[in-house]
Order: sequence, then C-alpha cells, then structure tokens
Amino acid sequence: MDSRALYQEMILEHNKKPRNWGMLADATHKAEGLNPLCGDHIHLSLKLNGGQVEAVGFEGEACAICKASASMMTVAVKGKSRTDAELMVQEFRDMTTGKLDTHAPHHLGRLTVFAGVSDLPTRVKCAILPWHTLHAAFAGSDTASTE
Amino acid sequence: MSGRDSMQQPLVKPIDVAALRRDFPVLDLKVKDKPLIFLDNAASSQMPKQVIERWVKYRSAQHANIHRAVHYLSETATAEYEAARRKVQAFLNAREERECIFTSGTTDGINLVAHGYGRKFFAAGDEIILTTLEHHSNIVPWQMVAEEKGAKIRVVPVNDRGELLVDEYRKLFSRNTRFVAMTHVSNALGTINPVKEMVAIAHEHGVPVLVDGAQAAPHLKVDVQDLDCDFYAFSGHKVCGPTGIGVLYGKAALLEKMQPFKGGGDMILSVTFDKTTYAQIPAKFEAGTPPIGEAITLGAALDYLSGIGLDRIAAHETDLLDYATDRFNRLPGVRLIGTAEKKAAVLSFAVEGVHPHDVGSLLNDDGVAIRTGHHCAQPVMQRFKVPATCRASFAFYNTTDEVDALVASIGRVQKLFA
Repeated sequence: MDSRALYQEMILEHNKKPRNWGMLADATHKAEGLNPLCGDHIHLSLKLNGGQVEAVGFEGEACAICKASASMMTVAVKGKSRTDAELMVQEFRDMTTGKLDTHAPHHLGRLTVFAGVSDLPTRVKCAILPWHTLHAAFAGSDTASTE
Repeated sequence: MSGRDSMQQPLVKPIDVAALRRDFPVLDLKVKDKPLIFLDNAASSQMPKQVIERWVKYRSAQHANIHRAVHYLSETATAEYEAARRKVQAFLNAREERECIFTSGTTDGINLVAHGYGRKFFAAGDEIILTTLEHHSNIVPWQMVAEEKGAKIRVVPVNDRGELLVDEYRKLFSRNTRFVAMTHVSNALGTINPVKEMVAIAHEHGVPVLVDGAQAAPHLKVDVQDLDCDFYAFSGHKVCGPTGIGVLYGKAALLEKMQPFKGGGDMILSVTFDKTTYAQIPAKFEAGTPPIGEAITLGAALDYLSGIGLDRIAAHETDLLDYATDRFNRLPGVRLIGTAEKKAAVLSFAVEGVHPHDVGSLLNDDGVAIRTGHHCAQPVMQRFKVPATCRASFAFYNTTDEVDALVASIGRVQKLFA
C-alpha cells in the first residue's frame, strides 16, 4: 500500500499537537525508547498509583508515526490499570505485525488507525516504539529499543 | 557547488545520459506504478549490464578456487582475479599491483589497517586524528584499537558549511600523534575534503594517513600517488560493482611492516606448529578463499567507469548538483545541510516540520528512493543539531528530470503536513 494512506488526519493531528507532552515531575516509572535505524528517540514517564496509570507524559524527537502513536497511547492508557495497559501493548504489537484480527473484539479503539503499518515493514518499528517503551517503564527497565 | 565557473573547468565531452541509462536494467523498474527514481547512490549504486554479464560469465565458465590447483578452471580464475587487481591498480594509479589488497569492503579495509598497523605500532598516550565528517566505519575501528592500547582520539572540527577546519587540524598534531584517518568525501554532507593538503601536513609530522574513499571512488578521479596518502579504502558496491568486495591500497613499505589482520590459508609461506612464515603482500592480507567472482566483477565495474571517464562523470554530477542546489534553495521550508564549496553530488536536507523518516516513506510512494536517518555519521548529526537528515545522492545516470520529480514529491509531502 501507499504509505500516504497511513498518514490519516488523526495521525497528522496528533503529530502536530501531541497530547501529554512533557515529562512528569513526580513520575514513579520512566523509560527511554530508541529506534536506531531512523533516530526516533522518546522519553516516557508514568505515575502509577495503586496499579493505576494516574498520569503519563512523553517527549522526544520522532517521526510522525512514532509521535502520533505515543500521543494516542498516552491518551489511551491514562486512567487504566497496569494490567489493562499491558494488554493493549500486546494487542498493539499484534496489530502492527498483522497478527490481530481487528474485526474481532479488542481494546485498541481508535488506535486501529495504525493497522495499516503492518503493510509497511520499515515503519512498524516507528509505531511500536512507544509501546515497547511503556512496557519497559512498567517493567522497571530504563531503555527500550526496536533493535 | 555554488559559483562554479565553468570556464575554469577542464572541458570534457558531456556524457550521453540517455544512452548510459539503457545499460542499467534496474532503471526500467516501476515502483508503485511509477518509474523508479534512484537517488540513494551513496548507499549503493546500481549495476550496468556489462558488469552483470561479467558476473554471469565468471559463474558460468570460470569459477574455481584460486592460487591452488593446476587445472584449467583454477588457472583461469587465478588469472582473472589477478587481472582485476591490475585494473584496481590502474584505477587508483598505484605504483604496484601488490599494493592493492582485496577486502570485503571499505569497513574491512579500515579494520585491516586499525589492527594490522594500529595494534602493532600504537602505545599508551599515542594520538589518532579523525574528523567530524567520518562514517562510523572510520571511527569505531580506531576507538577499539585506542581503547586496547590506551591511545586517544582527536577530532578535526568543521565549520557551518560542513568544511573541515584545516588550521584546527594543524594544531591537533603533537609529538604523540601516530595516525590520521579521514574521509575523502563526506557520506552525509558530500563535502570533498582537501586530502592532498592534509596528507602533506601529516607527513610534515611523519604521520601516516588513511583515506576512506568509499564516497569518492565512484565520483572523482582518485590518484593515490598524487594524494600521497598511505592507505586508501573503497567499496565495490558503490562503484557499480557487487557487494562483498572492496579494495585497500597501502604503500608497500607500510604493508610489509604490518601484521596480518586475519590468519588462514593463502596468507602463509610455510606453517609448522612452532612457526608460521607469512606470505608476501598482497597475499599476506588475503587469508582464506577471497570473493573471487566479486573481485573479477569489480574489475569490470572499474572498466565501465573508466570507459565513461571519471572526469566526465564528475562534470555531469556537478551539473546535477548545481541544478538541484538551485532548485532546493528556492524551496520554502527546506534547509540544505552541508553547503561546502567543494561538494560531491549529495544533498542532505531537512523539511521543516516533517521528520526525515516520514519524508522518505512518502517519497517512496512517488517511486523516489532517498536515504533518511543518521547515515552512520552521528557526529555529523550532532554537529548540525539534527537527529537525522534526508539525503538524495546522485550518480552519473541521474537526470535533471529526476531532480524535478524529487522536488515535486517534496512539495506533496509539505502539502500533506501543512
């Protein structure tokens, strides 16, 4: 497919005005994500309270796919339990690698806008990086990489 | 190159681009139903049919291991392999063919010198001079040997145009300086460095110089005797040849002093469990069965380029660069990174508000192939405070129409992100 099809209004808009931009001063968990191939580099901070994602913030230097994915991820996981957020990490990974049936029930909601990335092997890593980073932050490791 | 005065250039007969393009089967390819516009030549250039045919001939009727058996095929393969070495010698204008060692590529050649020379002659406190413009392959091997020996790396800075500061380079020399490794042409910015002048400065201090020629060999006439460099490395796949083959030129006296990089068959005179006597150069540095067909095919690629003439190739590419630079300078929201006075046909650029990776993907929709990323030159990206750039790199088979298509495609990206 044309990559142009991936650059839908929602992705372009989140790229231009990313939500939850900036690191939390009172973060309980942090991680850094790096995609050495194209140079996507994000920092993610979380405030967990009793197993709930109370607050989340990110910043970094990244392509539109990565930045929009991070922005929409922060919106999606805010207020969720860690368990639910981890389930979304798994579903998002499965979707972007073509392993999720998006017509069957899932928890990704509007994030299915990234489903098309599974046809663009060079861009899968961009979309997935924020989710790897979230997983790393939960797990208490400092860094995530797509390599 | 801005302000190039064509009156000062030696007059060369222009190349017939349309005819040359017919030599390249890949240029007929359609990508997403659009003609392929291949502007990633700095990463790897395409192969003309004359070179492909040479590969097929070797594979069909000349393949056997070399320097060993007495049968027909082995003798043929050996003769062709050594003939390819003479083609390399002529291409670089080396004094002797034994100064031309086949490697697997530029990276392999640099590692050969870092290990073969550096590990033998560097000691704690010694200093190695590199430049800001180096590809990682001309940084990491030196860091590895420096770490092992306790040596230090000193770095030549660049100005805002991406030109090396030769006066600063002069000041880096001390009585501890043991080696200089520098690129001829910057892969990320296209800057053509004043290698001859910088080699002369190093030699005033008795310091040998390795030149990374990966980006120069395809685009300008290289004369290692004129440059007087001590080592010169380049890759086959950037000069219309195959991957897996490259060349390291070294002055015979230095190569003879060095220790072998790899041990194995073909690089020995005699072996007992007590002592091994190494072969003479170049065999000393060609352990194991080399990429024979690749070397022979590289010879055909060098014939092809020399047949066109590197001066004519350089003239066409300079015209393309001038045309493309002018078009880019008139594009709002597009910034060129690397504006050296002397440049190879490379345009590194940033599109305001659009990450290079997005630009690359969207250009691909239009059949335009460019490279995006840090180009294995992270110190250059740090110097110019960008995470990555878009890079269009031209070859002699590219046209001004393709430049126009690139510019139009960038316009469509800007519209999408507006």
